[in-house]
Amino acid sequence: MLAYVAKRLLGLVPVLLGVVFLVFSMLWLAPGDPVLALLGEGAQGISAAQVEELRRAYGLDRSFPEQFVAYLGDVVRLDLGVSLRSSQAVTTEVLSRFPATLALAGSAMAVAIAIGGVFGVLAAIHKGTWVDSVAIVVALLGVSVPVFWSGLVLMLVFALGLGWLPASGFGSWRHLIMPAAAVGFSSSAVIARVTRASLIEALRQDYVRTARAKGLPERSVRLKHALKNALLPVVTVVGLQFGGLLGGAVLTETVFAWPGVGRLLVDAIKSRDLPLVQGAVLLVATLFILVNLVVDLSYAALNPKVRYG
Amino acid sequence: MADLPAAAAPGPTAASPLRRILASPAAGRFLRHRGAVAGLVLVAGLLAGAVLAPVLAPYDPVAQDLRARLRPPSAEHWFGTDEFGRDVLSRVVYGARISLVTGLVPVLTGLVVGTAIGLLAGFYRGWIDDVLMRVMDVLLAFPSLLLALAVVGTLGPGLVNAVIAVSVVSVPGYARLARSVVIAAREEEYVHAARSLGAGDGRLMLRHVLPATVGALTVQATLGIGFAILSMAGLSFLGLGVQPPTSDWGEMLSRGRRFLPGSSWLLLYPGAAISLTVLAFNLLGDGLRDAFDPRDQAG
Repeated sequence: MLAYVAKRLLGLVPVLLGVVFLVFSMLWLAPGDPVLALLGEGAQGISAAQVEELRRAYGLDRSFPEQFVAYLGDVVRLDLGVSLRSSQAVTTEVLSRFPATLALAGSAMAVAIAIGGVFGVLAAIHKGTWVDSVAIVVALLGVSVPVFWSGLVLMLVFALGLGWLPASGFGSWRHLIMPAAAVGFSSSAVIARVTRASLIEALRQDYVRTARAKGLPERSVRLKHALKNALLPVVTVVGLQFGGLLGGAVLTETVFAWPGVGRLLVDAIKSRDLPLVQGAVLLVATLFILVNLVVDLSYAALNPKVRYG
Repeated sequence: MADLPAAAAPGPTAASPLRRILASPAAGRFLRHRGAVAGLVLVAGLLAGAVLAPVLAPYDPVAQDLRARLRPPSAEHWFGTDEFGRDVLSRVVYGARISLVTGLVPVLTGLVVGTAIGLLAGFYRGWIDDVLMRVMDVLLAFPSLLLALAVVGTLGPGLVNAVIAVSVVSVPGYARLARSVVIAAREEEYVHAARSLGAGDGRLMLRHVLPATVGALTVQATLGIGFAILSMAGLSFLGLGVQPPTSDWGEMLSRGRRFLPGSSWLLLYPGAAISLTVLAFNLLGDGLRDAFDPRDQAG
């Protein structure tokens, strides 16, 4: 297992380097002079001599590889520059928004697993009946309905209509319910599909027939014998859904005025605050890569075949 | 066109291309698939609606009528009016145009670029494969919406940049899929046979290997349209995609949510339109997948 962990960690290095390179390139791919892009609004009324002075000060007069190495050094020291808008360190600003996004993504994940798991198991056990059809339709809606729209409809019904929940904002667990439900529902669809397919497959296996032949109650055959073995593919797909959850969080944070990284990023894009955009993209992508690593490792821990494959 | 008379005459000699397709086992499986047929009908309806928008829409979608602002649905305005007195039904109908176009363009771009990358990587293997696939791995290391936002954040908000963003996000998926099919296909006997007959790399790739990818890529592309429409709607909803006054569903939602709870119709119809459109392409894509690959059916 240790060798596998080391191999996976090593494999991460080129991907992380590529991600840093891509984020670094954003400054060069942005239209116009990089110096002016870094100045944002502050570029107005600045003289050509000052621009050249700043170019040297920022190190933008050096060659592209030199600049990339310098940027890489900064990234390793977690120095992602300064936000143009707030003049705060980008790292501090982005990290201060992480807890809100993680709380949303985490509870959305719980919702997704609960809804997806229940529908998937019910559909598999009642395969071919109306229960199965309902589950399939719900799963299709989950992947088809935009998460920001289901969020708005929830808000319309439960906050503005019935008044049961606060419409937007951040603070108590009651603020979390609607955003988590909206994001979780859209991710539950894939989990339901995979759970259903995997459990149907498991129920066909010989060990299930053996368990039934032993006279075990059907409930214990399904839950203890079949479901336990059906869970492996579900673990992978839950991990893969995390990217979708983060994307959903970006959209839902805007709907519910949730003070997470997503809203920070969208505001930064609108105000052309390039250092902040780069920092938020880099940190969220790194988080996503690390989560996928953890998922892969736990999958390998559960299934020895992967380690030696 | 030459075989039209033959197709019109019934009997075993009648074999127009359309009939041949309809008689294939895949078409049979597709047509027996209720969801797939529903998807096909919905997609056809949407296309017709988008083309016939000037005929179907009761009003000019951008014509303002400040005396009729924020009117609820009525016989005059079935879906109500927005804060400028514009007819919501007409805007939803015209919105189908921009949604379908901005959904199709990224998929076609992703399909062409991705297939080319996958074809080169899978056909030549070696260092070309390594380099291309490492680049794809880096793109896949981002959550898709985050990558789209990174592109829009670099190029700036707007319709064209949003389409570029969703196109970039689409590329790696097609590249990987095409590569996996190509790796299997290049070892097929007919490819070896063509090579021994003197076919060059270009001819082998385009004439013999590329056709093998059509089935898998068609399924992926159909499902990809739904994804592209959702992503574009998301970007427009965030104010980073389609800009006013263009009739776009995501943009309508973005503005409409300011008039809650009083004017819920500004929210319900555009959102339902996005959901229905994405649902239609997902149904169609699922149906095509089951038709092309009957082994893959989980049920």
